[in-house]
Amino acid sequence: MAKVPEMELMNKGTTACPGCGAAHAMRYMLKALGKKTMINIPACCWAVIPGVYPSRNLEIPLLYTAFETTGASSSGVRAALNAKGVDPREITVVGFAGDGGTADIGIQALSGCLERGTDTIQVMYDNEAYMNTGIQRSGETPYGAWTTTTPVGSQKAWKKNPKKNMMEVVNAHGIPYAATVSIGHPELMIEKIQKAKDIPGPKFIHIYAPCPTGWRSDPSITIELCKLAVDSCVFPLYEIEYGEYKIYKKPKNKIPVKDYLKLQGRFRHLPQEEVEMIQKNVDKEWELLLKKEEFTNE
Amino acid sequence: MSEEVFRIVIDPKDHRDLPRAVITDCPSHLMTKTGSWRTLRPIVDLEECIKCGICWKFCPDVSIEVKEEGAVVDYDYCKGCGICAKECPVNAIDMKKEADYV
Ligand SMILES: Cc1ncc(C[n+]2csc(CCOP(=O)(O)OP(=O)(O)O)c2C)c(N)n1
Ligand code: SF4
Ligand code: SF4
Ligand code: SF4
Ligand SMILES: [Mg+2]
Repeated sequence: MAKVPEMELMNKGTTACPGCGAAHAMRYMLKALGKKTMINIPACCWAVIPGVYPSRNLEIPLLYTAFETTGASSSGVRAALNAKGVDPREITVVGFAGDGGTADIGIQALSGCLERGTDTIQVMYDNEAYMNTGIQRSGETPYGAWTTTTPVGSQKAWKKNPKKNMMEVVNAHGIPYAATVSIGHPELMIEKIQKAKDIPGPKFIHIYAPCPTGWRSDPSITIELCKLAVDSCVFPLYEIEYGEYKIYKKPKNKIPVKDYLKLQGRFRHLPQEEVEMIQKNVDKEWELLLKKEEFTNE
Repeated sequence: MSEEVFRIVIDPKDHRDLPRAVITDCPSHLMTKTGSWRTLRPIVDLEECIKCGICWKFCPDVSIEVKEEGAVVDYDYCKGCGICAKECPVNAIDMKKEADYV
């Protein structure tokens, strides 16, 4: 397993909330990719986390871009480097967007970037809502979660739609590599991102990044939540390499989903039946993933 | 590269005063001291610390370092999230009320 490199390319003094998973996502990703990286960031928490001019939080070039344009903007940076004769294996171009910026408003720019075969890594750091603007639901908000646009109270209008499966969306583009990674397993996360860096063509990384502010969870349990999400199969760790599925971290003992849900205020209102329904769906998705792994490795 | 790119403007009047690409000499830790946000303060018991580095690995604010004597917190930046205390395998870190220290 890859060790966590000591080099820090994210400085202290970020404006992220205490216990922010998105801060971890950047820190580990840059440890994996190293200094020869150029990053494109749209509107999202990470547009704010580095602070304001003249403060420099990341020790790599950073291009701020409009909310819906990460895929297009990283394609442009890659094209400029190509024009200058810079090999994609020498400088890595990254699009680093939130779940809203990737799965909702940025999905067409992402799709274009993947379909054109642009040699970049497109990263979705997933805190499961539009956090920067005050916790609105996104396509990545899971079933049952409270957000400010899926309120609880007498309306009982918590989210009633499932989480969008972005791994399947990107896989449908026939890209060489896609992986889910978690900040609770930094060694594995670094290993998979380094693997992506060396593969030519478009890559996709889905980072699970808890948000204590939006999930109404204690900042101290950010890492614990990551481990529970993997052990309950809510967020399985797997990769798809040229169409072949591999679950690279299977839980030894699968734990009940309620052990994961109960630590987060955003799920507190859920009646017993809905918790059971969520459990059933998680089980079904997990079985399906096991089948995909079996089928594609025959 | 042109000199323009490296120009630092401390008090810009409008966008025309800014360099075309911003490459500043000011890492964020020189500007933003986030330690003042803290309501809880991690206290490391150096007798207990086995110097495993897990707290360093999981600190989202790069504010803990394992030195010769054990884990040392940088209180100028530590936001008091408590992840280090939660993840320490030998419970060498205690979260105390910040108010008792200031
Ligand atoms: C075109 C456009 N619409 C809306 C916004 C306002 N806006 C800024 S950040 C944001 C939410 C971002 O959510 P996500 O991508 O999940 O990142 P997070 O803030 O959760 O890290 C919104 C709606 C904007 N900047 N541009
Ligand atoms: S709102 Fe959530 S994702 Fe955004 S900085 Fe705070 S903890 Fe991090
Ligand atoms: S996690 Fe605990 S034992 Fe390990 S270095 Fe930190 S304080 Fe010491
Ligand atoms: S309390 Fe949080 S910010 Fe402070 S040293 Fe521990 S992990 Fe880092
Ligand atoms: Mg988000």
